[in-house]
Amino acid sequence: MVSKNKKLNLKDKYQYLTRDMAWEPTYQKKKDIFPDEDFEGIKITDWSQWEDPFRLTMDAYWKYQAEKEKKLYAIFDAFAQNNGHQNISDARYVNALKLFLTGVSPLEHAAFQGYSKVGRQFSGAGARVACQMQAIDELRHSQTQQHAMSHYNKHFNGLHDAAHMHDRVWFLSVPKSFFDDARTAGPFEFLTAISFSFEYVLTNLLFVPFMSGAAYNGDMATVTFGFSAQSDEARHMTLGLEVIKFILEQHEDNVPIVQRWIDKWFWRGFRLLSLVSMMMDYMLPNKVMSWSEAWEVYYEQNGGALFKDLERYGIRPPKYQDVANDAKHHLSHQLWSTFYQYSQATNFHTWIPGKEEMDWMSEKYPDTFDKYYRPRYEYWAKEHAEGRRFYNNTLPQLCQVCQVPTLFTEMGEPTRLSHRQMKYEGERYHFCSEACCDIFKHEPEKYIQAWLPVHQIYQGNCEGGDVETVVQKYYHIEVGVDNFEYIGSPDHKHWLSIKGKSFDSKAEKSEQDAA
Amino acid sequence: MSVNALYDYKFEPKDKVENFHGMQLLYVLWPNHLMFCSPFALLVQPDMTFRALVDEVLKPATASHPEAAKADFLGGEWLLNDEPFTPAPDASLKDNGIDHKSMLTVTTPGLDGLAGAGF
Repeated sequence: MVSKNKKLNLKDKYQYLTRDMAWEPTYQKKKDIFPDEDFEGIKITDWSQWEDPFRLTMDAYWKYQAEKEKKLYAIFDAFAQNNGHQNISDARYVNALKLFLTGVSPLEHAAFQGYSKVGRQFSGAGARVACQMQAIDELRHSQTQQHAMSHYNKHFNGLHDAAHMHDRVWFLSVPKSFFDDARTAGPFEFLTAISFSFEYVLTNLLFVPFMSGAAYNGDMATVTFGFSAQSDEARHMTLGLEVIKFILEQHEDNVPIVQRWIDKWFWRGFRLLSLVSMMMDYMLPNKVMSWSEAWEVYYEQNGGALFKDLERYGIRPPKYQDVANDAKHHLSHQLWSTFYQYSQATNFHTWIPGKEEMDWMSEKYPDTFDKYYRPRYEYWAKEHAEGRRFYNNTLPQLCQVCQVPTLFTEMGEPTRLSHRQMKYEGERYHFCSEACCDIFKHEPEKYIQAWLPVHQIYQGNCEGGDVETVVQKYYHIEVGVDNFEYIGSPDHKHWLSIKGKSFDSKAEKSEQDAA
Repeated sequence: MSVNALYDYKFEPKDKVENFHGMQLLYVLWPNHLMFCSPFALLVQPDMTFRALVDEVLKPATASHPEAAKADFLGGEWLLNDEPFTPAPDASLKDNGIDHKSMLTVTTPGLDGLAGAGF
């Protein structure tokens, strides 16, 4: 290349530093270099039609990210030096961080691995570059989240072994198996699952409430992480939309394949986000918005517009969205009730919401909270006050696909558990819903291998036969410190001492009742 | 349907009965008692009697519910894998036709949970 200008303009620079880095192979067949591109049945006729969603070159990327990093770590330092953890709304908030660090941050790392892999599998250079950049973003997010929360680890319990817990703890098999399912699929399904269904359609339901929740509750470290990740997330969403439009425009045979993936991954994402629903409604002492409001804005309105837009490709909204829409009135309450009764096996604490919080829920859930859920908490609060804090001492049935306990109720029947079972090659399998059962029926061989934590305990593979031994030895949850009820926990007492109060079990309970 | 894969995709189920060292899995649901958030997953001996299952496993599992003391589980209405089922109390689970990963549902008429909320 001969050029008179020493400096390239942006467009040329982009061309030379991304697409032009690729070449047409001459002594190897393209099919041998990219062997994973065809087996899913997706037909790509012309990779040059791929519109690069980022328009960002590597050198600009490094520079831009480095700037953000510098600012981010300056805030982390200031937060630590000023004992920022003392200024949060209440120590109950830290439990949301415990859930995030063990449930979400390891997914960022899994996404890094996933994008690195598919970044090698596409024969189109534009898609490869986009995936590689996203891979680096995801690795950065995983690291900066851990750094944002590491300060809390010095002062609160349950944050000490997130990666280990992610691989072993019963409820963390929900996020883990979600990503393992995506990563073991082909490259196009992976992008439909993660870039489109998760990042584009559902991610606002995770990031907006979580980062606003951090702001509302005085957690400046996590808020700053959120700002630092925001421009990356915007890029990831753009990729998600480009992926789906590109695949659909390439060949009409792709439409039914993509539709099935959208049905599957919408549902899997929705089940995963049920954990976020309880985080929003129950774990944030200062609440941002309710799960049902978030679902209305970020799924029913935004998702509705999106699927309207995709109609012209022959794509309809996800198959079970009606069930998900109906569930917005129940989800967080059903999840919190579950974690409340199995707190002996979690790395975070649970509690009965105070009176003001319950009134907030009555207002946000006028048709369901007072009728179905308030009575639960009033009963359990009374039990607790009389020295019988409720725990369920028998392990729950888990769904073979999403791995959440089969706790959800039928659409329109909030007191009837939704449960499906079927036989496949002589074995019985159980599901939380018609949608999860559908997913199983399509690829049974994949899900018959599911590592279901309850069954693993019963098979004797978790270092003990009783819950306490499993929790302590296999999960690395410190019994009596990390788990059980919040009121009276070491975290609670520590928080009271920060605030110059002492723990009086009787006064605390009556204060909790009156609060 | 089968998995679309690059090779012959065949794996063993993870929860075959032989992995449970002579025991088997059993799920029990007591409808309208959502204080227990989902059906119980139990590890049981195939040759235990149905009566022993109720007295030694189900009763302790449900004991913390205020309606449990009033519940006549043996006289309740049972389903085995969603089909009507009349248990023989002194026969073994196996002889009752309850195989690995079966699900029992027991409704106790008159006991509908707390607060009219199926709780």
